[in-house]
Amino acid sequence: MTSLDTSKELNKKDKGIEEGHEDFRLFGLITFLIADGMTFAGFFAAYLTYKAVNPLPDGAIYELELPIPTLNTILLLISSATFHKASKSLLNKKNNDSQRWLLFTALLGIIFLVCQLFEYFNLPFSLTDNLFASTFYALTGFHGLHVTLGTLMILIISWQVRSNGGRLSHLNMFPLEAVELYWHFVDGIWVILFIILYLL
Amino acid sequence: MTISIEPENKKQESIQPKGWLKYFSFSLDHKVIGIQYLICGFVFYLVGGTLASAIRIELASPMSDFMPRDVYNQVLTLHGTIMIFLWIVPVVNGAFGNYLIPFYVGARDMAFPRLNAVAFWLIPPSGLMLIFSYFIDGAAQAGWTAYPPLSITTPQSGQIIWILSVLLLGGSSIFGGINFIATILKLRRPGLKLMQLPMYCWAMLGTSILVVLSTPVLAGTLILLSFDIVANTGFFNPVLGGNVVVYQHLFWFYSHPAVYIMVLPAFGLVSEILPIHCRKPLFGYSTMVFSIMGIVVLGLVVWAHHMFTSGTPPWMRLFFTIATAFIAVPTGIKFFNWVATMWGGRISINSAILFSCGFIINFVFGGITGVALAQVPFDIHVHDTYFVVAHFHYIVYGGSVFVIFSSIYHWFPKVTGKLLNEKLGILHFVITFVGFNLCFAPQHWLGLNGMPRRVAEYDPQFQFVNQISSVGALLMAISTIPFLVNIFISIAKGKKAGDNPWNALTPEWLTSSPPPVENWEGEAPLVKEPYGYGESITN
Amino acid sequence: MLNKNLNLIIVVFTIIGLSFWIGLNINLLPKEASINAPIYDELFKILFIIGLILFIGMTLIVIYSLFKFRRKKGQLGDGIALEGNLSLEILWTVIPSVVVLLVGLYSYNIYDRMGGMKELNHNHHMIDNNSEKIWAGISQKSNTQLSTNNVNIEVSAMQFAFLFNYPDGDFISGELHVPVDEEISIKMESKDVIHAFWVPEFRIKQDIIPGQPTILNFTPTRVGKYPIICAELCGPYHGGMRASIIVEELSDYEQWFNKNRKTEV
Ligand code: HEA
Ligand code: HEA
Ligand code: CUA
Ligand SMILES: [Cu+2]
Repeated sequence: MTSLDTSKELNKKDKGIEEGHEDFRLFGLITFLIADGMTFAGFFAAYLTYKAVNPLPDGAIYELELPIPTLNTILLLISSATFHKASKSLLNKKNNDSQRWLLFTALLGIIFLVCQLFEYFNLPFSLTDNLFASTFYALTGFHGLHVTLGTLMILIISWQVRSNGGRLSHLNMFPLEAVELYWHFVDGIWVILFIILYLL
Repeated sequence: MTISIEPENKKQESIQPKGWLKYFSFSLDHKVIGIQYLICGFVFYLVGGTLASAIRIELASPMSDFMPRDVYNQVLTLHGTIMIFLWIVPVVNGAFGNYLIPFYVGARDMAFPRLNAVAFWLIPPSGLMLIFSYFIDGAAQAGWTAYPPLSITTPQSGQIIWILSVLLLGGSSIFGGINFIATILKLRRPGLKLMQLPMYCWAMLGTSILVVLSTPVLAGTLILLSFDIVANTGFFNPVLGGNVVVYQHLFWFYSHPAVYIMVLPAFGLVSEILPIHCRKPLFGYSTMVFSIMGIVVLGLVVWAHHMFTSGTPPWMRLFFTIATAFIAVPTGIKFFNWVATMWGGRISINSAILFSCGFIINFVFGGITGVALAQVPFDIHVHDTYFVVAHFHYIVYGGSVFVIFSSIYHWFPKVTGKLLNEKLGILHFVITFVGFNLCFAPQHWLGLNGMPRRVAEYDPQFQFVNQISSVGALLMAISTIPFLVNIFISIAKGKKAGDNPWNALTPEWLTSSPPPVENWEGEAPLVKEPYGYGESITN
Repeated sequence: MLNKNLNLIIVVFTIIGLSFWIGLNINLLPKEASINAPIYDELFKILFIIGLILFIGMTLIVIYSLFKFRRKKGQLGDGIALEGNLSLEILWTVIPSVVVLLVGLYSYNIYDRMGGMKELNHNHHMIDNNSEKIWAGISQKSNTQLSTNNVNIEVSAMQFAFLFNYPDGDFISGELHVPVDEEISIKMESKDVIHAFWVPEFRIKQDIIPGQPTILNFTPTRVGKYPIICAELCGPYHGGMRASIIVEELSDYEQWFNKNRKTEV
């Protein structure tokens, strides 16, 4: 048993709360996500300022094609729902269903990334062309990094919920809940990003 | 209820080295981590102070003769960065926060002990990396603010290493902040209400909120800056159509809150020290709490006062003037309450109280020059001059560093079980106080009369005043000697302190000194009135 | 009781009197050589006096408490168990708020008189095309008020020098010559990194930002030679990046100007 668990054990005893009490690990994660969100907020602020005050050189393109990102938005929104299904299933002790939903979510994440790469390769500008291009790549790239990490974590937990011998069960939901929260967060950021970058 | 410690945990403890060695190895105990932060920070303080001495030696003569000009810029960049990110921030937050917060909330450790250890162990390597960048291709030389385009055009390796190490240190500080918030809000002993917590908890809560909200923005900014340096993007590079002022906004969005990250915990520490040695309750507890939160909120919306000459539009300058000046109100509340805490007390005159009072005097001075700087028309003349240098050393040295010393005198018996020598302590105080004022007070005049900051050479008419300042710096360097002697002698053969030499009521004193591994042998005490000192007037 | 209050009043008035005396008699600033300077010094005096009152007051209270309430030999026991006082809290919230607010309004007034509140964006007569944008600066007059017969100078800053271009005479100088008591308008641009244009005797400073031209308008009032100092870290020789501004009588200035001009009238 790790000392982290020990001290949690002790704290549970301290508080006199039985199993299933409010878990502060999730609280820690939320704090972290707020911090992560602030990084994005900084990028967004920079982007909006550039857009407001820095004229682009003549001929710079910053009209973006909409189909792929729209598809990506839909993919991510669906993936949030499927993840939710996965955690519902696990709560109902249906580990196999849960695993299936998780894999489906991960698949959506991967498709998202592929689409994103496809978009990158077909864009008429590259990273260093102009301010808009650089900010575009910085924002979507940073978000893509989050999706990549999330997908990896989903794959890991989908392995761990396997019905025989997995570490996760309805009694130990925390890792799944944590990744779910993270995934919703990444989705939310994408929606903001989509609105600011593609629609505005 | 007694708490059984798991056998696994015992084993975990037994592989830990005993004695002083444990402070140099990986540990999950919040007390050990706290001391690690302190020792590590102090070593970097000596490095930063040595660099400061080099600056003052160079400035003792108007010519650039002690070191080459670009080395001077590296030295001042390293000095600023080390002092802020490796000394003040880790010590007032990491060191004292880790040591004290679990005691104050009645817990046996921080909420996330492993994350806590990771946060600490990020610091020494990034610090060493920063220092060793000097030997590669020269350290960063664009100042601790790293304004582009200068930071893009100076030698790259130094600047990149600087960015990397500040990113790691920022990460460390975010992990620490998350841990503190979770510990204070979620790990409180049952029955302990928020408004019964010692003031330092509130200060750390406010600070951690600032850390969590603002440090990530710095991280993002530095990532963009590093792209500009290595990938040839143009975020902040005007040649490629970028905007240098955007960098300044993003940088100060972090770095103004950072100044409160450096000083709010110090405020909290003073609030713990004063009542104990004055034998009076902390005056105006709830207003103190509100003023901390007021500083947090205001602190997030004043950043552009560093950019009054950077081509910001008039309405923006005006808004930031008013917002900045209003920080004087919540800060003032704290100072008046401390003075009221002293008023009518039974003050033991010792090193801890002297450093705290020195802090009050110095900080009020630095705060007042700060409010002057907040006025746009005033700032336009003195921006980027020695007046600003004087302002912030009055606050960071006269404020935070004085409080760190005060806290060391105060909590030394807790950590070691030994008493420090008071005579040496008072000698330390006197030399520091005199040296400090001699060093930085004359710099106000220099700035007003035309000496810009960050220069290795200056107009000869300023030589005399600069020399006074250098003598002051020399005194400050000397003042470290009685302090270090005191620490080492007292650890070796100081008088036994007993568990509670100050008769204090705050929870950390209600256990043995030094405390056992899990903080209390039995159950954690429930302290509802951490400041219940004093005799009511009726008896 | 009365005696105690009397003492307090005496102390307060001594502090205030002393602060006024120091504030009005000790001059910490260099010579005044532009219209802005006396306005600035007025603000400085007020801030200095308020600051001194607060600082001397706080310091005396701290030292007095340390002395008066120190634990004497053999004394046992605690101080009084006083946890707070609402009316005191309100008092020391309201007074600083009022002080800060008044100071803010006053410095707004000063800033306006210095010309900081003027919109400087478009249509400056030195801007050739409308798409060029002036980012900020200080000017006693707004763009529309600026008459074309000002002395117009373009400053370009680079590592590590200032160059002064006189477009009306089509020549470039390493020293800035200006006539006294005339309104001068300078447009500043940087060739590489950020620099700043600072003349301590004029109490004005403006960053010179690459890619974002800035404007600075001022009126010198005293003949003489003053330093122009770069006040933004711009590289190793930042400390050596200086120039001089020479303020001279109009006739002297015209003589100098005519000697250097390339274009004929
Ligand atoms: C711990 C660090 C710390 C703290 C707490 C502060 C606190 C304050 N600072 Fe400072 N500051 C710095 C560190 C700090 N500063 C640094 C490092 C820089 C330079 C950065 C760089 O460029 O490298 C800087 C620069 C700086 C500038 C920019 C100057 C320039 O570059 O041109 C300004 C301008 O507004 C400013 C203002 C203030 C104000 C108004 C406060 C206020 O919070 C102070 C409030 C306190 C008081 C006022 C005293 C107590 C109050 C009373 C006794 C009540 C009564 C008072 C009144 C009614 C006035 N600071
Ligand atoms: C945050 C904390 C902090 C602290 C504690 C200090 C402490 C000191 N600072 Fe620092 N300083 C900054 C933060 C700090 N500074 C920052 C942020 C800048 C701006 C950088 C920039 O512009 O980018 C700055 C800039 C700065 C300058 C301006 C440089 C310039 O603009 O050109 C000067 C000049 O005097 C200075 C001096 C000092 C001195 C003399 C001390 C002294 O108090 C130090 C005293 C301590 C010691 C001397 C340690 C004792 C050491 C030993 C015992 C070892 C052996 C000693 C010797 C070899 C002598 N500092
Ligand atoms: Cu140009 Cu400093
Ligand atoms: Cu600030």
